[in-house]
Amino acid sequence: MLNFSKINVLIIYIIFLFISFFSILNFQENKIIDKKVNLGLDLQGGSYLLLEINSDNLVEEKIQSKVIPIKKLLKDNGLSYQNFKINNQNLNLIVDDIEKFELLFFSKKDNVVNPYLDNYRSFELDYKKNNNNEIEISFSKFGLLTINNSALKQSIEIVRRRIDDLGTKEPTILQRGEKRILVELPGLKDPERIKSLLGQTAQLNFRLVSENDEFGSEELISENGEKLFVSKRIVMSGENLIDAQPSIQNQNNEPTVSFTLDRLGAQKFGRATTDNVGKRLAIVLDGEIVSAPNINEPITSGNGMISGNFTFQEATDLALLLRSGALPTPLLVVEERTVGPDLGEDSIRSGVTSLIIGFVLVILFMFFKYRIFGLIANTALIANLIMLVGILTILEATLTLPGIAGIILTVGMAVDANVLIFERIKEELKTEKSIIHAFDSGYARAKITVLDANITTLIAAAILFAFGSGPVKGFAITLGIGIVTTLFTAYFLARHLTSLVVLNNNKEIKI
Amino acid sequence: MTNYNFSSKFKPANIFSIILFLLSVIFIAFKGLNYGIDFKGGTLIELRSINTEISSIRNSLNDMNLGDVNVKKFGKEGDFLIKVEEQGDNNNLIPKIKQKLSDSLNSEINFRRVENVGPKVSAELLQSGIIAITLSLAAMLFYIWIRFEWQFSVGAIIALFHDVVITLGVFSLLSLEINLSIIAAVLTIVGYSMNDTVVIYDRVRENLGKYHKLEIANIANLSINETLARTIITSVTTLLALFSIFILGGEILRGFSFAMILGVFIGTYSSIFVASPILKFFKVSYKTLEKEEEKIVP
Repeated sequence: MLNFSKINVLIIYIIFLFISFFSILNFQENKIIDKKVNLGLDLQGGSYLLLEINSDNLVEEKIQSKVIPIKKLLKDNGLSYQNFKINNQNLNLIVDDIEKFELLFFSKKDNVVNPYLDNYRSFELDYKKNNNNEIEISFSKFGLLTINNSALKQSIEIVRRRIDDLGTKEPTILQRGEKRILVELPGLKDPERIKSLLGQTAQLNFRLVSENDEFGSEELISENGEKLFVSKRIVMSGENLIDAQPSIQNQNNEPTVSFTLDRLGAQKFGRATTDNVGKRLAIVLDGEIVSAPNINEPITSGNGMISGNFTFQEATDLALLLRSGALPTPLLVVEERTVGPDLGEDSIRSGVTSLIIGFVLVILFMFFKYRIFGLIANTALIANLIMLVGILTILEATLTLPGIAGIILTVGMAVDANVLIFERIKEELKTEKSIIHAFDSGYARAKITVLDANITTLIAAAILFAFGSGPVKGFAITLGIGIVTTLFTAYFLARHLTSLVVLNNNKEIKI
Repeated sequence: MTNYNFSSKFKPANIFSIILFLLSVIFIAFKGLNYGIDFKGGTLIELRSINTEISSIRNSLNDMNLGDVNVKKFGKEGDFLIKVEEQGDNNNLIPKIKQKLSDSLNSEINFRRVENVGPKVSAELLQSGIIAITLSLAAMLFYIWIRFEWQFSVGAIIALFHDVVITLGVFSLLSLEINLSIIAAVLTIVGYSMNDTVVIYDRVRENLGKYHKLEIANIANLSINETLARTIITSVTTLLALFSIFILGGEILRGFSFAMILGVFIGTYSSIFVASPILKFFKVSYKTLEKEEEKIVP
């Protein structure tokens, strides 16, 4: 075990130097290889938000849109039904011939009512039989998944636009599971404004105000507390907006939002305003009237203005929301973690201090315990740390506070490999006359133990990585990589150094 | 090499372990674990406000009717940690509390850390924590079963179970908070304790092959003694690192490092006094190894 061919030695040191090189990148600017260890939000400060879509409304809307097609399907095929009811996310009805219904409902050919989702091998809708001939139609598991998925994709896009519009630096926006969006905003001290911007769906529509409680209208409350009956028919919605900007109205210095419509929107708006001069047009945002101005003259230019007693901040935010488009469903913050920059700095400071102190204590201990071989173990330990940082850099891993704890723990546990080997050599020296042989078999015999012992910790780290979240993942990464670098430094670097010492003066070796 | 008679202490040690284990189970079952917001849901605010009394923070929060509110000093003078139990409406709670505190406290407030975990997420985090610990125990059982014989794997897993339960028992006794980093600590303890056990087991296996005539108790004793120096040295270096985190690593890592320190002691103890006696219980001998080899090479 102590014989190294020149080529082996070369390979060992090339690997070591190659990996170590990357650790230097963290301490200087390098334009060619732009790799660095990222600091986690707990160290650099910032906000972590986990948002969840609530698709209940969307599912209700979608199931309602199935009512007419289903009725039509039944009529066209001469199936009679009674008691057709919409019940939240279900449709209940009584059909006379369930078998025939099932054939129609689950037909794979040109089924517009209940399309077959090829990628999931499932129909969009499903039904179950209640008592008698009553059936309950609802979305199938995969039908719901499809709705959630498309709502989630769309939401991510809009969340991204809203956050980008605010000019936050280097945000991370990722999908998490079926219903969640992870948002990381480094450096953000207070996420309240972003939370409020993401908390509004910003569904905007323009609807005519009716004279009285006529059919097809609902009662909404306007910004100044006035109760108004507003037609449910939408003249034009926010989808037709291509731009929105805050502006100041010259006459009375009132902040407003001016908007520009696309061609289709301009046509719709033009027609509606031409036909209804003298009536009032309600501007409805998320079910509340922002304002309900009089239509004085037809607006055909495709430009308009929303006023509503805004502050300038409110006008700016509303313009941003309208520009970015409406969210398909409301978003709820289900987890939030914000760390201020000064706490992050404190954490780095205390993390690094404890790393240095822990490191020095271990090094001193090893030196007093093993002297010359302690120096070897310590050299291996330093190399270990450099390589650990190097690999973290290559992976561009995120360093968190628990991650720093993982490094310190690695320092404490890494010497174990060398201790196992040295103690084994000590034992071998008692029975073996040749010092070289003793070292040789010491290394060979300890090898299995060292491997076994480290693999167990590696398993724990891997599981932690798979199940841990955020900062804890950072701990698993450093602990896991630390084990790999420990094995390398103990079995290659330290062994080579030991061989140099032993082969050069094998007469007076004491361990 | 040392020559302590460990095997004569197996019996009293086992009784001691069983008592500790049962006490821990009783504490966990009846006193319960003090879950942090990660697992219970709720809001946590760490703030710094020099010249502020803890009572004035309490008073101003009490006006808000937030249910179970916990305010304590956190590390340095002027640092406080507020925990508020899970409320129905999480999205508006944080700005309300911040506003209220800013209005009622007379000095400047620096909100250093704000965390809010909803009930769904906390339930999921707890679940994945439990899965992670269970899975790690299963993985260790499997690994040892492959590398050694089943008797060893049972011994190792009982030792691990012993470590995890007693560590949690101490947390229950002292009402220390269980959060995500404690789960990380428990998993690391599992890895560390396993590491210690494997080193002794490896030596037991080697000695079983070497000394056919020796009783398993004597083999275990010999193996423990032969590896004792290593066991102690590694524990010392690991503890040096851990105490350094515990004392200097700041308030956030304190629970984590405390759990780890506890775990190193319990894990080292269990490798010697739990994992080894179990081999004696199963009457492991060199024949156990041979049988196993026959199976592998028919």
